Amino acid sequence: MRHIISILMENEAGALSRVAGLFSARGYNIESLTVSPTEDKTLSRMTLVTWGNNEIIEQITKQLNKLIEVVKLIDLAEGKHIERELMMIKLKAEGDHREEVKRLVDIFRGKIIDVSDNSYVVEMTGATSKLDAFVDTVANELIVEVVRTGPSAISRGIGGLHL
Amino acid sequence: MELNGGEIIVECLKKEGVEHVFGYPGGAVLHIYDAIFNQDDVKHILVRHEQGAAHAADGYARTTGKPGVVLVTSGPGATNAVTGIATAYMDSVPMVVITGQVPSPVIGSDAFQEVDTVGITRPCVKHNFLVKDVNDLAETFKKAFYIATTGRPGPVVIDVPKDITSPWIKVPFKYPTKIKMRSYNPTTKGHVGQIKRAVKMMLAAKRPVFYTGGGVVLDGAAAELTKLAQRLNFPLTSTLMGLGGYPATDKQFLGMLGMHGTYEANMAMHGTDVLIAVGARFDDRITGNVERFCPDAKIIHIDIDPSSISKNVRVDIPIVGSVKSVLQSMNDVLADVEIDHKPELIDGWWKDIEEWRARECLKYSTKSKKIMPQAAIESLYNVTNGNAIVCSDVGQHQMFVAQFYKFDRPNRWANSGGLGTMGFGLPAAMGAQIANPDDEVVLVTGDASIQMCIQELSTCMQYGLPLKIILLNNGYMGMVRQWQEFFYEKRYSESIVEAQPDFIKLVESYGHIGMTVSDPAELDSTMEKAFAMKDRLVLINVLIDPESNVYPMIEAGKGHNEMYMPPESELV
Repeated sequence: MRHIISILMENEAGALSRVAGLFSARGYNIESLTVSPTEDKTLSRMTLVTWGNNEIIEQITKQLNKLIEVVKLIDLAEGKHIERELMMIKLKAEGDHREEVKRLVDIFRGKIIDVSDNSYVVEMTGATSKLDAFVDTVANELIVEVVRTGPSAISRGIGGLHL
Repeated sequence: MELNGGEIIVECLKKEGVEHVFGYPGGAVLHIYDAIFNQDDVKHILVRHEQGAAHAADGYARTTGKPGVVLVTSGPGATNAVTGIATAYMDSVPMVVITGQVPSPVIGSDAFQEVDTVGITRPCVKHNFLVKDVNDLAETFKKAFYIATTGRPGPVVIDVPKDITSPWIKVPFKYPTKIKMRSYNPTTKGHVGQIKRAVKMMLAAKRPVFYTGGGVVLDGAAAELTKLAQRLNFPLTSTLMGLGGYPATDKQFLGMLGMHGTYEANMAMHGTDVLIAVGARFDDRITGNVERFCPDAKIIHIDIDPSSISKNVRVDIPIVGSVKSVLQSMNDVLADVEIDHKPELIDGWWKDIEEWRARECLKYSTKSKKIMPQAAIESLYNVTNGNAIVCSDVGQHQMFVAQFYKFDRPNRWANSGGLGTMGFGLPAAMGAQIANPDDEVVLVTGDASIQMCIQELSTCMQYGLPLKIILLNNGYMGMVRQWQEFFYEKRYSESIVEAQPDFIKLVESYGHIGMTVSDPAELDSTMEKAFAMKDRLVLINVLIDPESNVYPMIEAGKGHNEMYMPPESELV
């Protein structure tokens, strides 16, 4: 099962490589990983998407907790949460396609943020599945490049991951 | 007080009560060595190879419970120490390793003797630091010792660029008295409710077994374990790392379990209904096939490391906490007069165990014209009255010590259990002797293992370390050969040690004494002669039966009730 693990860790050089190293050393999967400082500059927040059965996820969270720089973490899949991912996708936009792509972007509530006479850059946020759906819908030969952040996620309600 | 970086490091070591540092100088640590030169409180032990420094600090730590300290230079100094660091990591040995690094401005430029020490050691340390400012040195050292010695102990590396220790940059020095880290607070006290549940389960058990590990020794919990086990009259078995955590000569002790464990220990594991795992981690050499592991058992697991719990085997009552504190709490619960304890519940279980014991699974041929390795360890046990500190390398000889040297006290046995590092023994024994100058320190090794760190004989000469080395010489890498005999139809691929040195001349060239014994009738007298030389290192080259095997044995992937026993024909 897919799990989103949110981690608060000391904002120190090398902290990211400890997490990445742990996953490769123990053979765990990383689907995506995003990291950035929080409102407290001494802390980074990492969102890590992984998958595995309950035993594996339990070991992953225990091993992450064991890293000295990890302050706190939660498995968001255990409760209600919202996730969003940002994608920028560059599409060929010429002739008939120009209108068709524009309509598709509107349907998916994306924004065209760069226009040239033969291309669009589309910005789109949403759950990973929505972005996947857009990529699947656009004809493959129109895609020039895709860049995605991987999901960030946060729990619903007042509770949260903080010190 | 204004000090330079090198002086700060030495002061930090003093504040931590460090008496000995094992190391080897080099370019990046010259400033630190200069600071060492100018004082007498911290004694430096000069090894002959950085791997030896790490193993020596490890042997020092295992036989004292105090952290071992290593000082090596950048590049090859650090990489040579890695095997020793990984060895300590696998066995949770507290250690602080100071590595020199090239000056900060040239880090990343492939400078002379530069390696990414923090990157290389990351997977085999509990934590590591790169010091970027001389003002951070003292706090980094405080953190390093704190992390290395608390929770589940382990090695911590401090990588110090050369400019940080510059003699020309002086800063105020104040060693922190306390350290608090928001990201590191190991749990020590066990959950009271879980402890009560566990005790209840233990009291209802009909076929209980304690399975104890290195955590008992590391946490200094032998007394608490002994009290609890004797109060309940439960049988105990120990892992390789846990030996000495409970007196091996006591009748409740079943010997080691696992791959080369005793018949009674493994059969008890297979038959148990309540398994109490104490500071042990369900390693594959212990469990064999996890599908067939303790098929009827409810499992209680006490460990300070939550990630050890339910990692390999699901447990029913996990208790996270320091082994010592949890066992003490269990003793307290049992001290309650209201407790309903029916000792007779396990009478039948003891009868089963005595039947298994009667098989005498460790029996070996006494009629051989050659010295049997088991006999050599028994002779060693007798001549030292079971009181020596014993270190070993890795292989058959290591298993023979575990089976035949009955450790009654903790911290008397140092060997590389988790990583299985050949070459560990000699430097570890060195460290043990330096830490315990009044004790008899013995190295039991093999003709293959000892050659992996033999250069340390020179260190032993320099510091006058009167080790006794029992070299069980069979001309093979014995354990490799045994596996090839069992599983590769005796195709002894590359396991024969050809072109052996003359070990007697070799130790003599280092200024020590060597003796060879090949006649079983002379074994005891040779041992006595060697051990009578109190102030000299003596190596006894024991020419043993070359193809003797370690029994019992559980093949990898098999269950505890599927042991190979010594063939009857060999016992005649």
